[in-house]
Amino acid sequence: MATETTTDFTLDTAAALAAEEHGAIEGKSPWVLAWRRLRRNYVALGFLAVFVVIVVACLLAPVYAKHVAHTGPNTNHLGETFTRDGQQVQVISEGGFVNGQFKAGGIPVGPQLWHAGGRYVFGADSQGRDVAVRVLYGGQNSLKVGIGSAIICCFFALVAALLAGYYSGKTDWLISRVFDLIWAFPVLLLAIALGTALSINGFHHFGINIEAGSLWIPTLVIAFVLIPYIGRPMRGQILSLREKEFIEAATAQGASPFRIMFGELLPNIASSVLVFFTLIIASNILTEAGLSFLGAGVQPPSPSWGTLIADGQDRIQTAPWLAIIPGIAIVLTVLSLNVFGDGLRDALDPRAKVKLEH
Amino acid sequence: MLAFIIRRLLGAILVLIAVSFITYLIFVKIPGGDPAPRIAGRTATQQNIEDIRQKLHLNDPFYEQYWGLMKSLFSGELVSYSSQLNVVDQIKQGIPATFSLCIGAGIIWLFFGILVGLISAVTAGQASDRVITVLALIGISMPVFWLGLIVRYLFAQGHPFAFMPDGEYVPITQNPWQWFVHLLMPWWVLAVLFIGFYGRVLRGNILDTINEDYVRTAKAKGLPQKRVLVKHVLRNSLIPIVTLFGLDFAAVLGGSAILTETVFNLKGVGWYAAQAVGDLDLPPIMGVTIYATFFIVLFSVVVDLVYAYLDPRIRPT
Repeated sequence: MATETTTDFTLDTAAALAAEEHGAIEGKSPWVLAWRRLRRNYVALGFLAVFVVIVVACLLAPVYAKHVAHTGPNTNHLGETFTRDGQQVQVISEGGFVNGQFKAGGIPVGPQLWHAGGRYVFGADSQGRDVAVRVLYGGQNSLKVGIGSAIICCFFALVAALLAGYYSGKTDWLISRVFDLIWAFPVLLLAIALGTALSINGFHHFGINIEAGSLWIPTLVIAFVLIPYIGRPMRGQILSLREKEFIEAATAQGASPFRIMFGELLPNIASSVLVFFTLIIASNILTEAGLSFLGAGVQPPSPSWGTLIADGQDRIQTAPWLAIIPGIAIVLTVLSLNVFGDGLRDALDPRAKVKLEH
Repeated sequence: MLAFIIRRLLGAILVLIAVSFITYLIFVKIPGGDPAPRIAGRTATQQNIEDIRQKLHLNDPFYEQYWGLMKSLFSGELVSYSSQLNVVDQIKQGIPATFSLCIGAGIIWLFFGILVGLISAVTAGQASDRVITVLALIGISMPVFWLGLIVRYLFAQGHPFAFMPDGEYVPITQNPWQWFVHLLMPWWVLAVLFIGFYGRVLRGNILDTINEDYVRTAKAKGLPQKRVLVKHVLRNSLIPIVTLFGLDFAAVLGGSAILTETVFNLKGVGWYAAQAVGDLDLPPIMGVTIYATFFIVLFSVVVDLVYAYLDPRIRPT
């Protein structure tokens, strides 16, 4: 379920590929060459734009709430009315007999788009809260958890992989066994176990204090369970890079282990890290949604896309937009990251080019 | 080969011991504070908490605590504190539903994953490949529980295009036809993600293999296109898929189908764990986690053995 893990390309090979391309490549860094390829991939860039728009929209949630929707993410509007095209409409229907027909009460108003002057663009929920505002605020939390855990996960996986690959021997054995152990757990269940256990008391060890209900809990939990999925392939790449001459040269020049790891090895795997980072954000957002849906992720009252879907689950028949709209937000975000990640890999990975020619 | 099998099995046992110790750490040590009321959950009585303290030896050193936890888990003494039901029994009760869901979905996703991958690789660059690629990408970008909700909303009884029964598990021994019909939607919902994923992986593998020398040789010998594709290309491209399938299937059997089970109200193992989350009832989650890792470790051994059998080069000495 994790991202594809077969990326043993380096910038060296990217440059080798570029040699076959037209135009002058001398004096251009592999990054410039990769960017040249990426720039021609309009689909990937288009989806990157979609992702950027989603991030900006979520960041602007307070502005939208204040100036367009005129309400907050947790403001109830029970028993209130608003004007749509000059008519008064109830936020939550009262029910009873209308024109001789019985209508059930307690149903929130559906998506208004722009007919209500910016209010209830995506309808209201059972508390009369504005769904559009909540989806934007929920997106902030989902993105925070997704991107935050991707950063933490990549950082620790990278450091572990560098240590294992550089020192090899016992260090490598120990780190690989730790990876194996985390790997032995099913991702979602381990995350649920940790998320649930931590949501009772929070985490108070080693001088770190995290309160129960903090966003850090899902972020760290997701980062932790996915570490081997990035660490393992990274370690493999570093092990093979370590045998190359340039490492030998650096060692002969008296470079310190730290310098070899971060000055020589790291830049050579940076391109795969970048691809992994993009794809892992997508995977994290899905994991966060699943965790929150089950109640082991972002804790109420903080909204997240997963909790919003969970809230909408019971009202799927009378108010389907409650579950559908946050779901569409997830699909768009994850899809845009996946497409862009693929494009990025194609630009950095010469073998992808070979694939496309067939 | 025998030495390899024995070493692999011993390794698996060590992993299981380590996994159970991590489970102990997660539930007893990491959260800090007094673990007894936490394990007892939201609905516990004072008596429950005292029981737990005794049963798990919480006043003793950590190795005795660990031993106590494992003993109560495996002897079947551990009960869920919101329902007072035995954890091991409940997991056993969930197994038919989980296995029905996973085996059916596994067959669907393996078959269609291979089909989709094959079609899109053969027609690489053409319109059908593009369409499949887009659909596969959308498939892997959807949260499975959301897809389940939408499918249920649209097609299940009492909904706009009702022609499917809604949720619930009917035992196969009770009514095979109802069992089948009730599982159709969950099977497909669970399979969609994997179809997209396997299709993409296989497409890449096939396109890699097609460039190999032996494929050119086969073509040069004058073998029919179809034969080259099936006998030479597909056979080799499927090896990574076998590994993936082994591990994914194990994970799904072990409760990774938790979201699908929850959405469709299939009372399987994953559903059981999901119910416990809401009550902060730890014993069921603990039980299911160990049960799940058991499957994953077991299947990874099986996958390794199959692999070693298929490909003598990776058979270590």
